[in-house]
Amino acid sequence: MPQQIPADSVGIVTPQVARFDEPLLLRCGKTLDQYELVYETYGQLNADKSNAVLICHALSGDHHAAGYHSMEDKKPGWWDACIGPGKVIDTNQFFVVCLNNLGGCAGSTGPVSINPETGKAYGSDFPVVRVWDWVNSQARLADYLGIETFAAVIGGSLGGMQALRWSIQFPERLKNCVVIASAPKLSAQNIAFNEVARSAIMKDPDFHDGYYLHHGVIPKSGLMQARMLAHLTYLSDDAMGEKFGRELKTDGIQYGFNPEFEVESYLHYQGEKFSTSFDANTYLLMTRALDYFDPAQYTDNDLSQCLSTAQCKFLVMSFTTDWRFSPERSEEIVDALVDADKDVSYARIESEKGHDAFLIPIPRYLATFGAYMKRVAKELAL
Amino acid sequence: MTLRSDLNIIQGWISPESQVLDLGCGQGELLAFLQQHKSCRGYGLEINPDSIVSCIEKGVNVIEHDLNDGLADFKDQSVDTVVMTQALQAVRRPDVLLEDMLRVGNEAIITFPNFGYWRTRWYLLGKGKMPMSKTLPYNWYDTPNIHMCTFADFEALCREKGLTILNRTVVDSNHQEHWSIKRWPNLLGEIAIYRVSR
Repeated sequence: MPQQIPADSVGIVTPQVARFDEPLLLRCGKTLDQYELVYETYGQLNADKSNAVLICHALSGDHHAAGYHSMEDKKPGWWDACIGPGKVIDTNQFFVVCLNNLGGCAGSTGPVSINPETGKAYGSDFPVVRVWDWVNSQARLADYLGIETFAAVIGGSLGGMQALRWSIQFPERLKNCVVIASAPKLSAQNIAFNEVARSAIMKDPDFHDGYYLHHGVIPKSGLMQARMLAHLTYLSDDAMGEKFGRELKTDGIQYGFNPEFEVESYLHYQGEKFSTSFDANTYLLMTRALDYFDPAQYTDNDLSQCLSTAQCKFLVMSFTTDWRFSPERSEEIVDALVDADKDVSYARIESEKGHDAFLIPIPRYLATFGAYMKRVAKELAL
Repeated sequence: MTLRSDLNIIQGWISPESQVLDLGCGQGELLAFLQQHKSCRGYGLEINPDSIVSCIEKGVNVIEHDLNDGLADFKDQSVDTVVMTQALQAVRRPDVLLEDMLRVGNEAIITFPNFGYWRTRWYLLGKGKMPMSKTLPYNWYDTPNIHMCTFADFEALCREKGLTILNRTVVDSNHQEHWSIKRWPNLLGEIAIYRVSR
């Protein structure tokens, strides 16, 4: 609980819901006749609506990017380090929009929502959505909010893929694209990690082919294992070593298989927490969206040709110890942008924090990102 | 905005609306000038974090890249001019990088400190120690300048590689030209500025 709201926080925020009745044709061929998107906004939209920034969330993120929902909240939104008055994404200048993606489990229409055709939760009947679909639905939210052009579309990890997709899909609707700790497509290793996670969920006896809510249960153990695996891929060897080392939480070794090392206990805690707050079907959908993302597949696997339609400027950032989306993956994007003669800057930020670094206020990261956002504000005369 | 005088000489050799790649672009002064005054487009490569921030503040495209990793990410003849100021002597293989610069660009503009400058020669002769000066402020053990050369050395390398020297200017440490430097460049010039092509 915040004793008092910090001065550089957006303060207490309230999620809003936008309802859409115009059918959305999805990449998989199915149609969502109606859907809702839950979102939050921070800052004020200016008179000519030129100061809007879209934040795209990553796998387990949601619309609550900054501020607090109440004074009882233990923690602020997931990207509070970067969004707020005077922060990198300065809410004194920008109108920030962040939504929960379709298929999510934080309020937007997804597998836990009621399927109007059956009157029960969608479960596995919720269509497999792709980054392409998210970008379309985000554009509809922009229409709903009266935003024609975003000053910037920004995202880290899976969010970075959405930002990149925006630059190709709606080139005239964004001025800047910020892609952080991301990749132009997943590697075989990335897909393999996702498959282990999905397997853990789907093999859980409580999964019931995805209709677990109809049975009044959740595949808790599967989702917990999935999260434990994913969580460790977000950290670097050094970061884990520094945080836990070989410290025991028990009084000496116990000659058993219950968690004894601090790192085991931490992973269990993270998995446990996640398994009761996140939906397993959403987890499956999000990992699939990651797997399927490969915009260059439509241009003969030529990423620079794929990005040649982009009209915005780009900032790409990566982190040295991120082995889930390594700097080399970001550099593929940068090389393609240079080849396509696009405006791009790139920084490879020194950090021992692994993939999670994009959520952490690392001084050099904030300085680079902040300089870019100040430039964005200056060029738009905000 | 006033450019440092060596950069001013360089910008004079770059055509309006051309594509420029600046290796070790520092705070992006040259590229910012070329963008604003000559409608050039381009990218700067830099490894210093603070310099990268300065470039971004100026609206200069900057890419974090170690010149020792070469220019393999850039396609053949993809830019008009590749510029490298005061970095040739600090890279691991200046000869390989020079080749690469002319693979990527039609022309290359290079500046470097002249180890044949008379004070440098005098320092070594008189003190018997590795020369230090305003242009060469480092000790022998911590200097980033690992491949010091003279104008004569550089021109020999250009001859060996079959490169054409299009322009050559020699300045003092304040980047000023003088008639006497033009007369005896390898003795009186502290910094060389060369424009070469294949």
